[in-house]
Amino acid sequence: MSRKDHGMRKRIMPAEHAEGRGRSGPTLRRPAAVPYGQARQLRDGGEPSAVLLNRAFRADRLAAVVVWGAAGLVAGVFAWLLAAVAFQGAARLSLAFLTTPPADAGRSGGIGPILVSTLLILGVAMVSSVAVGAPAAVFLAEFSHAGTRSGRWVRRSLDVLAGMPSIVFGLFGNALFCKLLGLRFSILAGGLTLACMVLPLFIRLAEEGLRAVPTEYRQAAAALSLSPTTTLFRILLPAALPALAAGLVLGIGRALAETAALVFTSGYVDRMPESLHDSGRALSVHIYDLSMNVSGGDGGACASALVLIGLLLALNGGTAWLTTHWRRKTYRV
Amino acid sequence: MGRPSSRRRAQADALLHGTARLAAVGAGLLVVLMVLFLALEAAPVLHATGPLRFLTDRGWYPTQGRFNLGPMLVGTTLAAAGALFLAGPLGLLSAVFCCFYAPPRLAALYRRMLELLAGTPSVVFGLWGLVVLVPLINRLHPPGASLLAAILILALMVLPTLALTVEAGLRAVPTEYLQAAAALGLSRWTTVSQVALPAARPALIAGVILATGRALGETMAVLMVCGNVVQVPRGLFDPVRTLTANIALEMAYAQGSHRAALFVSGLALAAAIVFFVLAAEFAERRTRHV
Repeated sequence: MSRKDHGMRKRIMPAEHAEGRGRSGPTLRRPAAVPYGQARQLRDGGEPSAVLLNRAFRADRLAAVVVWGAAGLVAGVFAWLLAAVAFQGAARLSLAFLTTPPADAGRSGGIGPILVSTLLILGVAMVSSVAVGAPAAVFLAEFSHAGTRSGRWVRRSLDVLAGMPSIVFGLFGNALFCKLLGLRFSILAGGLTLACMVLPLFIRLAEEGLRAVPTEYRQAAAALSLSPTTTLFRILLPAALPALAAGLVLGIGRALAETAALVFTSGYVDRMPESLHDSGRALSVHIYDLSMNVSGGDGGACASALVLIGLLLALNGGTAWLTTHWRRKTYRV
Repeated sequence: MGRPSSRRRAQADALLHGTARLAAVGAGLLVVLMVLFLALEAAPVLHATGPLRFLTDRGWYPTQGRFNLGPMLVGTTLAAAGALFLAGPLGLLSAVFCCFYAPPRLAALYRRMLELLAGTPSVVFGLWGLVVLVPLINRLHPPGASLLAAILILALMVLPTLALTVEAGLRAVPTEYLQAAAALGLSRWTTVSQVALPAARPALIAGVILATGRALGETMAVLMVCGNVVQVPRGLFDPVRTLTANIALEMAYAQGSHRAALFVSGLALAAAIVFFVLAAEFAERRTRHV
């Protein structure tokens, strides 16, 4: 028996008991354990079991109140946050807001060019992270078995990369893409920086998706003597497509939420971008700039935040749909 | 099957294998490249002044060659510690609520809410802090933009990460443990506190470490509510500036050794994160061996 099991046993033994109180949950409710209660009474120097019982019952009750209270508090604050932003933002939101360029530093006008810049940045980020991430995931899932040293090191370094603060990505992107590669503040530089940020998430999800493809598929392919390339492109990738798509959508969500990495890679310019080498302001950067640097910009900031939250919710719903419906259909063997 | 086609097949396989390996190794080396670049950009000022002066200089006047990052370090540490102090218990209780107290449908809804909260952009938190929280604190004790506001916003941002990690850990507790607890007639809270939480301890530790990393690295939300005054705060209501906020604020116009000094703080952050992530991995790995 392992060390932990010993620990468990010791902890379970002297614990309090709810003798037949119907308050515990449906999964855990069990009839009274009278002999145990009596043993406990003897050990504790004859304290009447009713007192002990009462104490245990009250502790359990208190814990339930605290747990429900904490959950309610968290949900309440979240609702407050959403309601405050939605209430202030809804006043400004309209179809014209989505299509017209900002005027008067964003105090009036809309977010048309900013949406275009955001989409371009996302496009650059997703294309480049899929181009590197998909083969990397194939390597991790198919060509490096769980124990391989190279696979382990790559995974570990991706974990570290996933934990890096976005501002550090911003510094890195500024030094590498803007300065060294001469892209200056541009949509391209911002998108590439975001690609670095999204890469670990996408690789992790794509790898999981490939691993989730039933082994029978590979065995059948091997029995037909298909080459690894054919197996991958004709069998594994199509089967893992929903997972890859879900990874892509989650990556887009992460990229859409990002601000700090973009402030000094893709820049602040709120004009309509003419090419990928132009500086373009992402939606999140717009929110930041309006609320911090423009007095009287709160309304526009809230409306933009509402648009951003709406986009993220749509993405979230899309992922949920992908993971339940599409995947279920694919794996019906 | 003729020889040329089989050779082409072998070539295709080799090409695929090579490409995949190259991509994986490239992705793995990205983090090394990143640290290298930060170090390269930070090198001039590190070389000229030595690392110690970032703690001993008098004040942060980077254009005059005085680079004391001390107040920012204190600000970052206090904000992160305060956020964890608040979010730790709340996140833990949220996870417990999801696994043991809520009816299944409510639990699913609550989990969805936590996921949504985890995916909410930091600017939105910052915006809410700026529009709602800071005026509220201002009424209590001016100026409003303060260490307290930073702690509250950070706590809110860190909480879902923590809750979701712990919740995953709690769900992975072997069913036999819970059945044994039920067979002993343990109450629900006793089962949670004496059986489930100890069994999920590695996930708990990993969650706290990951949350610490997030709290240290968060930039925009904190920048928007913390007041950004370079000083060691004397109370919760004093404005502070964190390392990350410092970078975001000054990077736009920093030149020469000022810019290099900002990269030094980025390097310090990156080092802290590497440490925390590896520690979390170590904590998680210990679970699997038990």
